[in-house]
Amino acid sequence: MISLISPVRTRAHGWPAGAKLAALCVVSTALFLTGNPWVHAGALAAVLVGYALPGREFLRAGLRGLRLLLPFVVIVLLWHLVTRDLATGVVICLRMATVVALANLVTMTTRLDQMIEVLRSLTAPLRRIGLPVHLLDTAIPLMIRFTPVLVTRAQALALAWRARAIRRPGWRLILPLTLQALDDADHVAEALRARGGPLCPEQNSHLT
Amino acid sequence: MERNIAHIALFAALIAALGLVPPIALGFGVPISAQPLGVMLAGAVLGARRGAAAVGLFVLLVALGLPLLVGGRGGLGVFATPTAGFVLGFPVAAFVTGLFVEHVRIRPAGLAAGLGSVLGGIVVLYAMGIVGIAINADKASAESAVLVLVFVPGDLLKAAITGMLVQAIARTRPQTLAWHHAPAGQGDIRL
Repeated sequence: MISLISPVRTRAHGWPAGAKLAALCVVSTALFLTGNPWVHAGALAAVLVGYALPGREFLRAGLRGLRLLLPFVVIVLLWHLVTRDLATGVVICLRMATVVALANLVTMTTRLDQMIEVLRSLTAPLRRIGLPVHLLDTAIPLMIRFTPVLVTRAQALALAWRARAIRRPGWRLILPLTLQALDDADHVAEALRARGGPLCPEQNSHLT
Repeated sequence: MERNIAHIALFAALIAALGLVPPIALGFGVPISAQPLGVMLAGAVLGARRGAAAVGLFVLLVALGLPLLVGGRGGLGVFATPTAGFVLGFPVAAFVTGLFVEHVRIRPAGLAAGLGSVLGGIVVLYAMGIVGIAINADKASAESAVLVLVFVPGDLLKAAITGMLVQAIARTRPQTLAWHHAPAGQGDIRL
């Protein structure tokens, strides 16, 4: 399945995921605490240099991730132009862009299995107080496996619809798709039960 | 137990698929995403707890870095954008939708699901979304409220479709809707 991790290898790919996430938290919090526009401009410039260092392809992918902020930036700037407080508006936009860019940078350089490993250590205390977080080890792979399956099903349903009708298939495809997913869920439940139920914490320690 | 996990994982996958398949984008001039419909459907079909778990699993995988939101968005950056309140509100929306269908006894089932979707998928979700905008874009909540109201008609349509879908599921697979044939408990509202 497609993922947001960058195919361009960077040095940050090798850094521990936990450290990257902790740094992200610290920097984001710090940026929310300061209102100095020069600090924010400097932070954004530093992040953009970080995007540019691994090469043009990496920079382009990074900027694509920021494009969806554009309408918000326009609205915020217009609003603060009307209220004659442009400096605040600029700080808000700079901060928004920096924090999103930084968070995207972590996502682009961290593999899914590294993130799941961090998640597992973060949820370990919850396991100790009795929450069934170990079920995530069964649910996450199931969902990742079945998303492309359901996408393929939906495409097949759309194709079948087009073979029969001139009109575009709309929401009518959702009912057969949902019914098929519910059937799948019943089959998966039977298969899980036949294999001894969801993974237990002890079995997991052998796997990892 | 196995049945619950399978339903939660499959519904999370269904929500992802609804966002990824372009033909399902509900075309009425403007493309309307079917993903919030999946959130309403999860709450209305699975009920409050399992529905919120399914949508929570979906949001968790978005946070871990899968581009599953409409338009191929995903990753940690999503939670720093002004739309973060809506994404984080998805599980709550499914929970409230599920609570409504479980505790407000209305026949037919489709009507209960539709009204529950309006309450969870619109009232609660927009409240959380507006708080998210106010935090991440730092605007007074009142102004941002006006802007997001543009999307309410589309979401009302999705709530209506959710109602129709649940009505059809109640007819074809009644065993799926646990809340539909559960006896009315104490404190349930009968209409």
